[in-house]
Amino acid sequence: MWDYSEKVQDHFFNPRNAGAVAGANAIGDVGSLSCGDALRLSLKVDSDSETILEAGFQTFGCGSAIASSSALTEIIKGMTLEDALKVSNQDIADYLDGLPPEKMHCSVMGREALQAAVANYRGEVWKDDHEEGALICKCFAVDAVLIEDTIRANGLSTVEEVTNYTKAGGGCSACHEGIEEILTRVLAEQGRTFDPTASAPAPKKKKLGTLERVRRIETAIAAIRPNLQRDHGDVELVEIDGKNVYVNMTGAGACSGCQMAATTLDGIQQRIVEDLGEFVRVLPGSAL
Amino acid sequence: MTQGIYLDNNATTMVAPEVVEAMLPFLTEQFGNPSSLHQYGNKVGLALKKARAQVQALLGAEHESEIIFTSCGTESDSTAILSALAAQPGRKEIITTVVEHPAVLTLCEHLEKEGYTVHYLKVDAKGRLDMGAYMDLLSNRVAIVSVMWANNESGTLFPVEEMAELARSAGVMFHTDAVQTVGKVPIDLKETAIDMLSLSGHKLHAPKGIGVLYLRRGTRFRPLLRGGHQERGRRAGTENSASIVALGQACEMAQRHMDYEKTFVRALRDRLEQGILATVPHCFVTGDPGNRLPNTCNIAFEYIEGEAILLLLNKQGIAASSGSACTSGSLEPSHVMRAMGIPFTAAHGTVRFSLSRYNTSDEIERVIVAVPLIVAQLRKLSPYWGENGPVEEPEKAFAPAYA
Repeated sequence: MWDYSEKVQDHFFNPRNAGAVAGANAIGDVGSLSCGDALRLSLKVDSDSETILEAGFQTFGCGSAIASSSALTEIIKGMTLEDALKVSNQDIADYLDGLPPEKMHCSVMGREALQAAVANYRGEVWKDDHEEGALICKCFAVDAVLIEDTIRANGLSTVEEVTNYTKAGGGCSACHEGIEEILTRVLAEQGRTFDPTASAPAPKKKKLGTLERVRRIETAIAAIRPNLQRDHGDVELVEIDGKNVYVNMTGAGACSGCQMAATTLDGIQQRIVEDLGEFVRVLPGSAL
Repeated sequence: MTQGIYLDNNATTMVAPEVVEAMLPFLTEQFGNPSSLHQYGNKVGLALKKARAQVQALLGAEHESEIIFTSCGTESDSTAILSALAAQPGRKEIITTVVEHPAVLTLCEHLEKEGYTVHYLKVDAKGRLDMGAYMDLLSNRVAIVSVMWANNESGTLFPVEEMAELARSAGVMFHTDAVQTVGKVPIDLKETAIDMLSLSGHKLHAPKGIGVLYLRRGTRFRPLLRGGHQERGRRAGTENSASIVALGQACEMAQRHMDYEKTFVRALRDRLEQGILATVPHCFVTGDPGNRLPNTCNIAFEYIEGEAILLLLNKQGIAASSGSACTSGSLEPSHVMRAMGIPFTAAHGTVRFSLSRYNTSDEIERVIVAVPLIVAQLRKLSPYWGENGPVEEPEKAFAPAYA
C-alpha cells in the first residue's frame, strides 16, 4: 500500500471543511483523467476584499485526493483570491508532508479546482491546458505526455537526453525501457529510428573566451541582486578560479548568516550555470 | 493485526500452520540437495516425490511426471506460452482474453511487439466470453490458447474444459491460468483436454515463491530455464525443497477441504454479500454471480472510490482489495471492470472480498456491520451524493472538467 505521511492520514481520516459551503459564490469542478478522481471546491468570497471566507470540498477519490482537498481548503481560507492563486500543488503536498510520486496528481487536481473556482467567481470559463499521461518515471513523477512533448520540442533522441531535460530516468533507471519505447514511437513519427547505442550529441556551443565568461558571470549576478536586495541582502563577485566562483553575501538581510545562505548560494549557482552553459561551483568568499 | 479480519485471499493466503510444520525440517536438518546420492539428499528426494504425488492428486493428473515445480504462477504462465511459441515456430498467433492476469496480458503485449498476433477475447457485462467468436479464431496459425480458469477480481469462471476440447479439435494447444481455481473447485485434468495449467502455492495456504506448471504428457515443450536435469530438464535450477514439501501438504489439505469450500465458505460469502446488499443502497455485484468461485464476492459501491473504502476498512482491521485506479501502482483502473463496461462512477468503488476456510461467521457479521457506515461516511464527501441519495442525474449535476 501507499506510504502516506501522518499528515495525509490525519486529513483523510478527519477531513476539514468537507461538504459544500452554503451560499457559495465560487465553485470549481475538476477531475483527473489519469485516475478518474474528481473534486468540487466551493468558496464563499467576500466581494469587497476578495477574501476567501469559507472553503468546502466534495471529493470522489482516493485517500490522498481527499487529504489534498482537505489541505487545500485549510491553506486558502482567509487568503485573498490573488494570494490563493499563488498556492502551487507543491505547497499542498508540502503542507501534507509530501505525497507519493504516483499521487502528486491529486494535489494538481486541488490547485486546478481552485483556478476553476476563481474563474467561476470572476465569470470566466476555466480551461485546462495541462494534459497528463501514464506515469513513467516514479522517482521524479514524470509522465509520458511530458516526455513525448519534450522529445518533440527539443529533438531528443537518447534516454540520456530525456533524463537531462525532464529528469525522467535519472533515479533508479527502471523506467528506461519505457523511455526507450516512447523514443521509438516519437522518432518513428518523424521517420527516424531509435538507436540505443547513440550517445547524446555534444552541445554545439563554442567555448567562451575568458573575458566573455567573466562578463556572463557578472551579468548573471547582477540579475540576481535586486531579489536579494529586496530581502535586505546583497551579493558581490570576489574571484573566479576555473570552475569555482567565489562570492560574498553581504548585508544584514534575511539570507546572510543563516541556513538560507546555502540555499541562496545554490540559487546563484543555478542561475550562473544556466547563463553560462557550463557547470561551475559557487562558493562563499570565505572559502578562498 | 491479530484481531484482523482477512478477506483478501485472492491476493494471497495465510500459510496453514500444518504447512509451516511440514516445511520447517527442510529449512533445518533436511538441507540436502535432492539430487545428491548420500543420505542428506536422498530423504529430500523422497519428500519431493511425495509432494509431487500430492499435487498430482489435487489436479487429477494422470502421471506424476506431468507436474513441474516452478517459482510462481507467473513463471508457469510465461513458460507455457513461450514454450508453445518456441515449439511451433510456424504459428504466430495467440488467443487469450481481455480480463487475464497481468502475468499473461503483459507478456502478450510484449509478444505483439515481437511480431506475434494476439487475439483478445472480449467479455460481456457479466464477464462472460463469446464462444462463437472464440471458435472463429481457432486455426492452424494459432500456437496457443491461454485462458484463465477463474477471474481473480470477479471470481467468474470461464468454461475452460469446453474451450480446451474445441482447441484440441482444431489442433491448437490449450493453457489455463488456474491460480485462483486450484484448491477452490474440484479439478480432474486427466478427464479434460487441457495441455498446460499454472498454479501458485500462496493462493492455497502454501508459502510464496512456489508454483507448478502442469504439462500433459506428449505436449511439445521447450524449457524457459535450461541447465541441470531438475524436473526432468524441463525447469533447471535446484529445487526449492522446503516450499515444494509445503505445497504438497497444502494440496492435500485443500483436497480434504474441498467440500467445506463448496458449502461452508460459499455460505459465508453469500451471507456477506446479502448482508451488504440489504443494508447499502446503490451497490451491486460484478461478474457472473451464478457461475463463480465459492469464495469471491466483488461489490461495486457507486459514487465513492475504492482506496478510500479500503483505508477505512483497514482502520477497523478488515482487509480487502479494490479495482480502483488508486490502489494499483500503475494508477490504471481495473481492466477487468472496464472490460465488463461497469460505469466509471461504480468501477472506481469496486471492493473484492475473498474468503478462505479460516474465516468465521462471527467475522462476516462484523464486516456486515462495518461496511454500511464506511460507505455512508465517504458518500457524505462525494460530489455525486446529496442528502439522502445520489444527486439527481449525477453525471449531469457534477460534470467536472477533466485534465
